[in-house]
Amino acid sequence: MRALTWHGKHDVRVDTVDDPEILNPRDAIIKITSTAICGSDLHLYDGYIPTMKAGDILGHEFMGEVVETGPGSTLKKGQRVVVPFTIACGSCYHCGKHQYSACDNGNPADNQDIGQEMYGQPMSGLFGYSHLTGGYAGGQAEYVRVPFSDVGPIVVPDGLTDEQVLFLSDILPTGWQAAENADIEPGDTVAVWGCGPVGLFAVQSAFLMGAHRVIAIDHFPHRLELAKRFGAETINFEESKTYEALMEMTGGIGPDAVVDAVGLEAHGFFVDNVVDQIKASLFLGTDRIHSIRQAIHACRKGGRVSMPAVYGGFVDKFPLGAFMEKGLTLKTGQTSVQHYMPALLNAIVEGQIDTTFLISHRMSLEDAPKGYKMFHDNQNEVTKIVLKPDFVESSASANP
Amino acid sequence: MTIAQDDAPATTSKDKDVRAQEVDTLPQPKGDALLGRTVTINRPRAELFAYWADLTNLPAFMDNVERIDMLSDTRSHWVVKAPAGKTVEWDAVITDKREGELIAWASTEGADVPNSGRIEFRDAGDRGTIVTATIAYDPPAGIIGKVVAKLFQREPAIQARRDLRRFKQLMETGEIATAAWTQKQLQEEKA
Repeated sequence: MRALTWHGKHDVRVDTVDDPEILNPRDAIIKITSTAICGSDLHLYDGYIPTMKAGDILGHEFMGEVVETGPGSTLKKGQRVVVPFTIACGSCYHCGKHQYSACDNGNPADNQDIGQEMYGQPMSGLFGYSHLTGGYAGGQAEYVRVPFSDVGPIVVPDGLTDEQVLFLSDILPTGWQAAENADIEPGDTVAVWGCGPVGLFAVQSAFLMGAHRVIAIDHFPHRLELAKRFGAETINFEESKTYEALMEMTGGIGPDAVVDAVGLEAHGFFVDNVVDQIKASLFLGTDRIHSIRQAIHACRKGGRVSMPAVYGGFVDKFPLGAFMEKGLTLKTGQTSVQHYMPALLNAIVEGQIDTTFLISHRMSLEDAPKGYKMFHDNQNEVTKIVLKPDFVESSASANP
Repeated sequence: MTIAQDDAPATTSKDKDVRAQEVDTLPQPKGDALLGRTVTINRPRAELFAYWADLTNLPAFMDNVERIDMLSDTRSHWVVKAPAGKTVEWDAVITDKREGELIAWASTEGADVPNSGRIEFRDAGDRGTIVTATIAYDPPAGIIGKVVAKLFQREPAIQARRDLRRFKQLMETGEIATAAWTQKQLQEEKA
């Protein structure tokens, strides 16, 4: 089959590799119909995530048709499914508590050593996201092997297009969990850093959870425009001073809850950010954390910090003093996708949540390396690229 | 003689005397390198004990054990992978067995890697069962052997942790997780 493989920083290629096979009883093989490039794939593309190996197949947002099942799978050939990016067994203690992203068993035993050493306990497996989280082949390919297929994939009802449901695999539940982690109370003002897909879904989710106001922060005009479409007020940090603006917009109080949907590759020319960039390039520290610093600084006393953004390693100059003195609460984590999928699928069917607005580009799997470069170089216009293995060039289109 | 002052397991002690005393709690102790590993498994105690009590089941999740032959009800022969494609072998006898609770073993004279240990099963309420392995062994060829073994990922402490994780996976999910995507890759992983 054809698959998008990682070979190093800014080097991804479409290679011919072996087709996947059923290896365990609960496996299924999915023929990919749509798969997206995630903002967090750019962290891999930019070489920020350790434990990548040449030839790793990327992609953790995907869906398709069931073509083969193991004896323990509950799926049936021909069903259309969306697959969660977290690989969870459904039977361990954490899965029992719906903490699917903390599953004890999704990560192969040998790969759990890295997480155990780095973080104290190993995390669940993830598709296409380094060997720290299992080393599983991802879905930017023609086919993918899906372990625990009786627990993860959700069957899509007839009548819904791929583009309506594809984002159930990661970014929609991630945005929803981000808003949930902000413990929003009626009347709250919520500030969201980063108007990428997760930030934009967090904006929509925050309003559905009863936020009175949502303030979205970015520097890409097109992305701020999308946030505005969902009712958010906006701050462009290249035009205005973010902290000062937030304080003035909230009557001198600060936002009740803050959401960092930017993460370890924060953009912008700020002194702390430049220092972090230098350190990251020297491997003295791995993460650039300007956005979370600023979010903590702006958050009101006794407020809540939600951090869906991906961080991988160590940071310094984390404002622990402000965090303690103001009595803030932080909630974070990889998304427990399986927990949110059924309700969010229903919200899509009911028309409460729209996801298709996000897609700016559609292209063939063969053009994936071009897609990565485009996404990397132009994050204003490129909001989401969907790859389709059977894409026909003549139907090339972009959303208005 | 040192007496442990805190409640931490002796296998985690920084004091070699405390560790040595723990080795001596094993029936017929063999070897003085001590390791302890604990895992919580979301299955009933009786079920886990029964699976482990049939020693021929162990190679299913112990990646470095090639095979175990039963010589009698209490005596078994172990063939275990070693670095550079070699194997090491020994006979082991069951030195203690308490239904649903504990199995202890020790290698017999002439073992390539003298070893002894016990596996204990304790109820963990709605979290299932706490399984603790306590193993004493003689590292092959002293410290050099240990370094070589570590390079080849067959260092016993690492191996024990991985084996217990695989045991947990098998008991909780009915299968052992792998990131391979072809049979060929899976076979290479196991080799």
